[in-house]
Amino acid sequence: MENKEVLFSIEHLKKYFNVGRDAVLKAVDDVSFEIYKGETLGMVGESGCGKTTCGRTTIGLYDKTDGKVLFKGKDVHAMTAKEKFEFKKNVQMVFQDPYSSLNPRMTVADIIGEGIDIHKLAKNKEERQQMIYKYLELVGLNKEHANRFVHEFSGGQRQRIGIARALAVQPEFMVLDEPISALDVSIQAQIVNLLIDLQKKMGLTYLFVAHDLSMVKHISDRVAVLYLGTLVELTTSEELYKNPNHPYTKALLSAIPIPDPKIEAQNDKNKIRLQGEVPSPINTKAGCKFAGRCQYAIDICEKQMPQLKDIGNNHFVACHLCSGDIK
Amino acid sequence: MPILEVKNLRVSYHTYAGEVKSVRGVNFTLEKGEALAIVGESGCGKSVTAKSVMGLIKAPQGEVKDGSEILYNGENILNYDKKQWQNYKGGECAIIFQDALAALNPTMKVGKQIMENLIEHKHMTKAEAEKEAIEMLRLVGIPEPEKRVKQYPHQFSGGMRQRVMIAIAFACDPKILICDEPTTALDVTIQGQILDIIKDLQHKNGTSVIMITHDLGVVANIAQKIAVMYSGIIVERGTCEDIFYKPRHPYTWALIKSVPRLDLENKQELATIPGTPPDLLNPLIGCPFSTRCEYCMQICKEQMPEYTEFGSEHTAACWLHHPLAPKVEMPNLEGGN
Repeated sequence: MENKEVLFSIEHLKKYFNVGRDAVLKAVDDVSFEIYKGETLGMVGESGCGKTTCGRTTIGLYDKTDGKVLFKGKDVHAMTAKEKFEFKKNVQMVFQDPYSSLNPRMTVADIIGEGIDIHKLAKNKEERQQMIYKYLELVGLNKEHANRFVHEFSGGQRQRIGIARALAVQPEFMVLDEPISALDVSIQAQIVNLLIDLQKKMGLTYLFVAHDLSMVKHISDRVAVLYLGTLVELTTSEELYKNPNHPYTKALLSAIPIPDPKIEAQNDKNKIRLQGEVPSPINTKAGCKFAGRCQYAIDICEKQMPQLKDIGNNHFVACHLCSGDIK
Repeated sequence: MPILEVKNLRVSYHTYAGEVKSVRGVNFTLEKGEALAIVGESGCGKSVTAKSVMGLIKAPQGEVKDGSEILYNGENILNYDKKQWQNYKGGECAIIFQDALAALNPTMKVGKQIMENLIEHKHMTKAEAEKEAIEMLRLVGIPEPEKRVKQYPHQFSGGMRQRVMIAIAFACDPKILICDEPTTALDVTIQGQILDIIKDLQHKNGTSVIMITHDLGVVANIAQKIAVMYSGIIVERGTCEDIFYKPRHPYTWALIKSVPRLDLENKQELATIPGTPPDLLNPLIGCPFSTRCEYCMQICKEQMPEYTEFGSEHTAACWLHHPLAPKVEMPNLEGGN
C-alpha cells in the first residue's frame, strides 16, 4: 500500500452541528484516514453514525469544525474560488435517493449537460449533444432517453442518470452515498456491476458509503467502520471480514443474516447480540463511544478514548483491548 | 387441516391508467406454527397478497376478484360479515408494517394503542388492559415499560416503534401474524433483535407467521417455507431447503445469484437480471419472466407454464421442466468459480 498515490488525506476531521442551546451533535469526531488513487474505500456503520456527513465534509459540501482535508496536498476547506471550481470538477457525488436528487423540471439531457456547460467542456452544441449521448450509453441508457423527464424512469434507471450526471464532468473521485439502498435486489446488482465497470474503464476512485455490509465487501478494496462519529476499524475488505478485531465490527458482522438456511441455523446460537440501541450523538461522554454496549468494556474504556492504531498489515483498530495496551 | 389456505387469489387495483392486476392467481397454504416467507421484488404483489389475508383491500380502488378464496380454518373470510371481520382482524390475525411511525397513531399514547386491542377483543377492563400492556412492552424488550406506556410514538426510536407494533400485534395472541417487511427500515443490529423477538413469540404461542421480505438473509433466518413471487404469480414454492439448495425456477436462480455473500470469498461480477419487471397494467401473455429469462424458449412467450411438482411441497412454474424441454442444469448459485 505504501507506494500508492494518496488522493485524499483526512486528518483529525471534526464536524459538529449545533442543535440548540448547550447541545452539540458530534457527527464526525476526530476521524483520520487516507484515500488512495484508484481504490474503492467502503464506509459502513449504522444510521446516524456520521458516514454521510463524513463523505460530504470530505468533498467540501459541509464546512469542517476542525481538522484538515487535503486533496492532492491542498486543503479543501481553504481553497480560493478558482481552486474550488477546479476541485468541484474533479470530485462528484451520487446520492441515495434517485427520486429527490434529480430536478423533475429538467430533461435528462439538461441534467447531464449542466456540468458540461458550467465547466465549458464542449466547444459547440453538436459536441455537447454527442457527449450527453456518450454518457447515456456508458451507463446503459440510450439516445432516445435524452429528451425525457425524470419521472418517466424507474428507480434503477434514475440512478443511472445520477451516475451519468456525475461522470459528465470527467471527475477523478466520486462519493457514492448509498447509491443502491433505494433499489431492488436484482437492480442493485446491475448498478454495482456498472460502477465497478466504470471504475475499471475510467480509473475512478470511489468513496462508497453504505450500510449493506455484504455489498460493501463486494465492491470495496478497503473498508472503514464508523461508530457514533469515530472510526473504529479500517483495513482491507478481506481482512475485515476474515479477522475483525473491534468488538463492534464483530457484532455488526455477526448480525447480518446469511442467505443460506443451514449456515444461518448454525450461526444463530453463537451470534453476538448487541443490547440496546445506538446512543444519541448529542453531548456524548468521554471515553470509548462503544463502551456502553460493549461486553468487554473495562474501566479505561469509560474514561479514555482509544486511538486508532496499526496492529500490523495495515489493519487499524481503535480499541484499548485490541491494540495490545491491555490484555 | 392447514390454518390458512389461499386459493386462486386475484386482486386488482382500478387506476386512471387502467386495471392493475397486482395478484394474478396465488395459491398457498400455511400450517399451524409455521413461518412462510413470500419473497420478490417491489411491485410483485407480495404486500397485496398479505393485505388480502388481513382484509385490508379497500374498495372501490382495490378489488378482490370473484372466485378467490381465503380459507381460515376452512371458512372463507371473504364472505365474513362485519362482526366476523371485527373478531378476525386483530384477534385472529395481526399485521406488522414496515414503517412503524406511519402505522402508529401519533396522537395516542402507545399504551392506549395496545389497550385498544385488549379491550375490544379480550373484553378486559381498563385497569387490566393497562397492566397487560405494560407486560407486553416488557415482553418485547422495552426498558422501563411503566414509563413508556404513557409516551407517544415520536418519543420512540425506529427499533422501539417496531417493538411497539409487535406488542400491539401479539396482544391478543393471534393465530396468524403477517410481517410486511418489518426490518427493512432498521439497522442490522436492531434487525437481529426484532427477528429474535418474532421467532421467540412465534415458538411460545405457536403462531403462524407470513413474512414478506426481499432480503434472502432474513428468509434463511426465519422461514420454514418460501414462496417466490414474480409479477403477481408465485413462480416457485417449497421448503426453505428446497428453495435455497435445489431451486428449480430461473428467477429463483437469478435472485439467489444476485445477492453478494458475506461468508464466501468471491470477488467476481455479480449475476444480474437484465431489464425490469413487466408492467402490471398490460395483460399477461406467456410466462411473466420470459422477457428477462436467459433460458427463454418460444413457448414461454406464448403460454403460461403449469406447475411442475418436485417432491411433496416443492412446485415451480417453468417450461424447462416440461418433458419435451431441453435439459438445463442448475447453475452454480454461489456465482462463478
